[in-house]
Amino acid sequence: MAIFGLWVINKAGGLVYQRNFADGLAQLTSNEYLVLAGTLHGIHAITSRLSPIPGASSGAQVIEGETFKMNILLTLTGTKFVLLSSLAEPSADVTLQKVYDVYADAVMKNPFHTPEMPIRIEGFDNRITALIGNGHMA
Amino acid sequence: MSRLSVLSTASSIEHVSSNVPRPPRPSILDRNLNKTRVADVSGSAFSFLFSELVQYTQSRVTGINDLERRLNTLGYRVGSRVLEITVWRAESSSKAPKREIRLLPALMFIHTHIWRAVFGKPADAIEKSVENADEYMIVDNDPLIERHISVPKDFSQLSCSSFTAGIVEAVLDGLCFPARVTAHNTPNSQYPSRTTILIKLEKSVLEREEVLKT
Repeated sequence: MAIFGLWVINKAGGLVYQRNFADGLAQLTSNEYLVLAGTLHGIHAITSRLSPIPGASSGAQVIEGETFKMNILLTLTGTKFVLLSSLAEPSADVTLQKVYDVYADAVMKNPFHTPEMPIRIEGFDNRITALIGNGHMA
Repeated sequence: MSRLSVLSTASSIEHVSSNVPRPPRPSILDRNLNKTRVADVSGSAFSFLFSELVQYTQSRVTGINDLERRLNTLGYRVGSRVLEITVWRAESSSKAPKREIRLLPALMFIHTHIWRAVFGKPADAIEKSVENADEYMIVDNDPLIERHISVPKDFSQLSCSSFTAGIVEAVLDGLCFPARVTAHNTPNSQYPSRTTILIKLEKSVLEREEVLKT
């Protein structure tokens, strides 16, 4: 069980926050992360229109591979939180909700943050560290 | 026929209920001042309001000093009202209401009563400057208004508690202890957002204290 990484994608598809925790995934350059986030944004937009049931759809919530999975939390404002974790990680959903809580407190209530722009906030970093640590939760 | 009449009654009730204006809320001036004595406001709502307040101020200033001065001014407007209502409540609730005329009791009053009225808890310490006789400090280990604020590195000297400093300055002014009040970040390992409110009293206050001593 491990949490590998966290992304925050703004409503336009830009990666505004990216952080790695446990080792295990390939290291990418920041440019590659930006491309991946933008691609995921597009894929998510397509999946949200694939639902056979008419009406609004949440789109993809989990994407699984052989060695890892990707949980996606879409908020009402269009911001997406993406958590990369091992397949056995049971608390990915709960962790994402907590990350959203921390984001609402430390980012949105901070007068020095510009919405939709990259998140460079010490308080947010610290609280994410307190929440996820090195990615290996007890 | 009967069915129709039932329908028409129902619709007329609906019609009436949607059109009758609600009884107007009593004006803020007519409300009982003690009613809100123990009421709290939402911390989140306040944080958003304060965040907007800082952003609004920031877009209208040229530097950090100017920003702190403006936050101080805004706090001053709050402080003068806080003092008035605190004194009014003390008068109505205690048999022997008292107005502080000596410096130390006045500072204690701010540390305990004003802090509790504004932040819901007393401040953490009052200190007297060792170097300057006219300087006193009120310390808050975890200021409520800065709980969700991270000041960026290039603003390192900025303390949003200048707003609190403004409140303190207004209360001291109202009690006739004119002073210049500023806020400073004084973090330690245990409390990263520890803040010191520095009070620099005017000369006249110290002279009066000397006279009252005897």
